[in-house]
Amino acid sequence: MYGYIFLAPWILGFLIFVAGPMLAAVVLSFHRYSIALPPEFVGIENFQRMIGACPEGSRSCVTDVLFFPSLARTGQWAIMYVPLAIVGALMTAVLLNQGLRGTNVYRTIFFLPHLTPIVASIFIWAWLLHPAYGFVNEVIWQVSFNLTGQGIVGPKWFGGTESAIPSLVLVALWGAIGGNGMLIFLAGLQGVPKELYEAAEIDGAGLWSRFANVTVPMISPTILFNLVLGIIGALQAFANAFIATDGGPAYATWFFALHIYQNAFTFSEYGYASALAIVFFVIILILTALNFQLSKRWVHYGGEVK
Amino acid sequence: MATVATTSHRSVRSRAAGRRRFFGRFTLHGIAIGLSIILMVPFFWSLLSSFKPVYEIRLLPPELLPTEWRPQNYLDVFNVRRFPFWVRNTVYVTILATIGTAFTSMLGGYAFARFRFPGRGILFGITLSTLMLPDVVTLIPRYLLYYVLGMLNTHWPLILPFWFGGSAFFIFLFRQFFMTIPLDLDDAAKIDGASYLDILLRVIMPLSMPAVMTVAIIAFIAHWDSFIFPLIILNTPELFTLAIGIRFFSISPSQDAAPQDHILMAMSVIMTVPIIILFFLGQRYLVRGVVMSGIKG
Repeated sequence: MYGYIFLAPWILGFLIFVAGPMLAAVVLSFHRYSIALPPEFVGIENFQRMIGACPEGSRSCVTDVLFFPSLARTGQWAIMYVPLAIVGALMTAVLLNQGLRGTNVYRTIFFLPHLTPIVASIFIWAWLLHPAYGFVNEVIWQVSFNLTGQGIVGPKWFGGTESAIPSLVLVALWGAIGGNGMLIFLAGLQGVPKELYEAAEIDGAGLWSRFANVTVPMISPTILFNLVLGIIGALQAFANAFIATDGGPAYATWFFALHIYQNAFTFSEYGYASALAIVFFVIILILTALNFQLSKRWVHYGGEVK
Repeated sequence: MATVATTSHRSVRSRAAGRRRFFGRFTLHGIAIGLSIILMVPFFWSLLSSFKPVYEIRLLPPELLPTEWRPQNYLDVFNVRRFPFWVRNTVYVTILATIGTAFTSMLGGYAFARFRFPGRGILFGITLSTLMLPDVVTLIPRYLLYYVLGMLNTHWPLILPFWFGGSAFFIFLFRQFFMTIPLDLDDAAKIDGASYLDILLRVIMPLSMPAVMTVAIIAFIAHWDSFIFPLIILNTPELFTLAIGIRFFSISPSQDAAPQDHILMAMSVIMTVPIIILFFLGQRYLVRGVVMSGIKG
């Protein structure tokens, strides 16, 4: 009985801010709604708009030409970012797990970028990556000039259609390789029994072989954890693209979350944006389920005989 | 499987291994220091830029050090219209939201850790499953809810929801921590006539300061950084928080169209420093807490 009392705020909060809105989003996704007028039931029209399957002669059903491109951009970004973030965080964690002197200092330094508020980090990087006045392009030019006598002009970073997503990846990696992912890996690594490494060393396993055959299998549950949360987080990317590039240049960073935001809060298409959100939810659900399904092939849980 | 080594064989091997280990350490330190420098470059660059006079902001080639140090830039930041409002709003919204998050998720953690009630397992499962629910999905209905409640363009939506259970992560974290505290202490307090709330606040909470601190720090950082929600809720620049205020400043042209990147850098530094100070104050707890909870916020 008392349990319910102490849990009451959470139960209420769940109903008001999670379950209720979830249900409302499903209902809204079948309506046209712009706040000014009461919601109008339109069936599956919102979903037809996404895939360009509008019924002939319908005036209200307009194909959303940005639906597939925004999905593709989001996928492109996640495919670049997530593996690099995971490998990077694992590498820094392995480095910090070597028992070096001053590990605590290194860990703190590696973690600081992760603490930087996203708004601040975007402005700091926009300035570092400024095509003309930025530090990074200056270094590229100076180094190439001094090595070859021929100065290389650096990319336009956030300003180029080709380089915008890689620039966002770079900024995100700066915060990620020493961030939470690294701390979680570090905890995982500390749980690997030392005897396993000793046994592998006696068997003549080199550095790489010990990493690939002892470390990776032993911490595979941790890798899965970081992978699942990493993908869910990356697919929701919004603030970085919104602040750094506002979806541009030429829609190069028009991520799906940005697409939902624009439809809802710029075009006041709350019904259509809800439909987008529901599709987004289903996509993330499928990817997560797939992730767990595939993980059976490579995740090794402790105590299990392979 | 294991190699059988003779004694002489082994000593030769270990000497070679020792030498290898020494060079190995050396290389590892080199990598760690190199990585530290690369990761710190953005901080130094923005810090140095924040002290430059305006005419040095767009020099070609760019200079690393300001020729003339201008700490006045930081005073200029506070003269930017409404900037002091943004600082004040961020501080009070963050503090109120953080207290709400920490307190109500502690209640939830206490319920799951100490009480048996029908549906506890299912409720706990639901709680954990909300961790995987993307925030964006419920964004629009939540916006419409605040529209109906007349709370758009107020600070209420940035504070109120966090007084309803905080976040599933924190509930989980508190539950895990509370379960390590012996039940005997609860029983002793009960015999002395303490209520359940007394037990939580007077017995369990004082023993759980690491968990409380961890949650408070992680929640503080998350609320301080919060971007998309203040962005859709707030319209009046006086009500902005730092996160959206700084962006607002960046897209508003300056009066004489002069570059204002040095001011932007100073603002970024001002927004970052409190978080870093907080991190150093609570580092001891935070590292363990982040690991326990999985991710920030």
